Amino acid sequence: MHPAPSVILFTTLSGLGFGLLFFLGLGFPAVSGWVAFVFFAIAYGLAVGGLMASTFHLGHPERAWKAFTQWKTSWLSREGWCAVLALVVMGLYAIGVVFLDRHWSLLGWIGALMSLATVFTTSMIYTQLKTIPRWNMNLTPAMFLSFSLAGGALLAGQTRVAIPLLLIAAFVQILYWKKGDKALEASGTDLGTATGLGNRGTVRAFEPPHTGTNYLLREFVHVVGRKHAEKLRVISFVLAFVLPVLLLVLPFNHFLALLAVASHLAGVATSRWLFFAQAEHVVGLYYGKR
Amino acid sequence: MTQLPNSTERKMGLVIDLDTCVGCHACVISCKGWNTENYGAPLSDQDAYGANPSGTFLNRVHSYEVQPAEGHAQLIHFPKSCLHCEDAPCVTVCPTGASYKRTEDGIVLVNESDCIGCGLCAWSCPYGARELDKAEGVMKKCTLCVDRIYNENLPEVDRIPSCVRTCPAGARHFGDLGDPDSDVSKLVAERGGMDLMPEMGTKPVNKYLPPRPKDTVEDQIDILAPLLAPVAEEPKGFLGWLDKTLEKL
Repeated sequence: MHPAPSVILFTTLSGLGFGLLFFLGLGFPAVSGWVAFVFFAIAYGLAVGGLMASTFHLGHPERAWKAFTQWKTSWLSREGWCAVLALVVMGLYAIGVVFLDRHWSLLGWIGALMSLATVFTTSMIYTQLKTIPRWNMNLTPAMFLSFSLAGGALLAGQTRVAIPLLLIAAFVQILYWKKGDKALEASGTDLGTATGLGNRGTVRAFEPPHTGTNYLLREFVHVVGRKHAEKLRVISFVLAFVLPVLLLVLPFNHFLALLAVASHLAGVATSRWLFFAQAEHVVGLYYGKR
Repeated sequence: MTQLPNSTERKMGLVIDLDTCVGCHACVISCKGWNTENYGAPLSDQDAYGANPSGTFLNRVHSYEVQPAEGHAQLIHFPKSCLHCEDAPCVTVCPTGASYKRTEDGIVLVNESDCIGCGLCAWSCPYGARELDKAEGVMKKCTLCVDRIYNENLPEVDRIPSCVRTCPAGARHFGDLGDPDSDVSKLVAERGGMDLMPEMGTKPVNKYLPPRPKDTVEDQIDILAPLLAPVAEEPKGFLGWLDKTLEKL
């Protein structure tokens, strides 16, 4: 899949933003007034910034409001609803915390759950696609949710929770890579089933339909970045999990905490880049590629 | 609405004969020609006369080589367009309701004025049947020439999809695959018509007819063959002398 910067930014930033909103909704850290304002501003900046970025790749962003209509079948539509509801509920909760010094805990809990639901619906947009076996697994939502919770705990300064959550996310990431590498083969789809000619012999793509490229190849058959995938996996793993955990183990210091957040963010963005660049869409088979 | 109908009154679709297709790409050209100037936004090209031409097509013809365990390899031309699936994943993923499947004939269409160009329907299609038009920013796909098949302004012979009307080899057939007595359904039953990627669970309406087995050459072609065998076995006269002389050298 083509790793569009808009989608990588969106899933990385809004995942982190909604993760922070989850902890703020539960009352961690128990802040109020201006300190709370800064926390909420960061969370909203990330969540809303990410959502805005996601509209950049649309052909017609001015019609984006129509995406709220098909929640009965479409995960993308459900994601839109969850995001708006989470932001509205958490906005009301934030007013209480920041301006009135009141913690409406029921509202906070609802907002926290809606924030997690938003991350879950985002992950389901990818998970539902049978055409991309590497995404079509239970581990995809597990990865999105564990990343969001770990990043949220880190940003919320919840060191004691952040360390185990980062370790869980790291474990899910490894499982995802291990299972994902075998997903296309395990799906049973190959050029034989794609053409229906597999029972007659070995099928080979002899000639493509056009001498040039096309939308399908640009969007679904991204092979350029796969060359360095192994190195990038190591880099993203170290940045997203190893370094932040080491920095958190050291005695607390605001500079080190900031470094841990920046490292985690860069690592998750790299992992997300790989999530797209390494995903094989079965349509590539028709072109003799994967 | 992006909820799929439980059933459609008819299942209009194509039957593509892989035995007959000669790979001439005439269906590709006629499809582009008809659809760029009729239903919906035109099918744009980018850098059409430059070094890297690329454009939107609703129908593309691939060519595959099949090498059986024994015998000669076979070249199979393979036209591919929207299969108008009964369980079309491209419809249910659409967030705006722009994608829909018609209850009356099962045709899958895009309402372009509702399309936000998110591309998710193309992601969900295993067949590469949908292409986002670069100039218009909306999703384009085969309409089964919905503006031809019911068009009473056209002579009756032309009320079939453009690709079917054009095919010089007669490799493309159009009809109601939901009616077991239709010509296309009989053809599918007779020739063992198949689905592409059945494991995806999309239940395509369009069917592909597999190539027929190749003829085998018998040792004796016909009863007159022995009589046509060459009579002179050893060269005689000048040729005989030449043969012997050259042999000695």
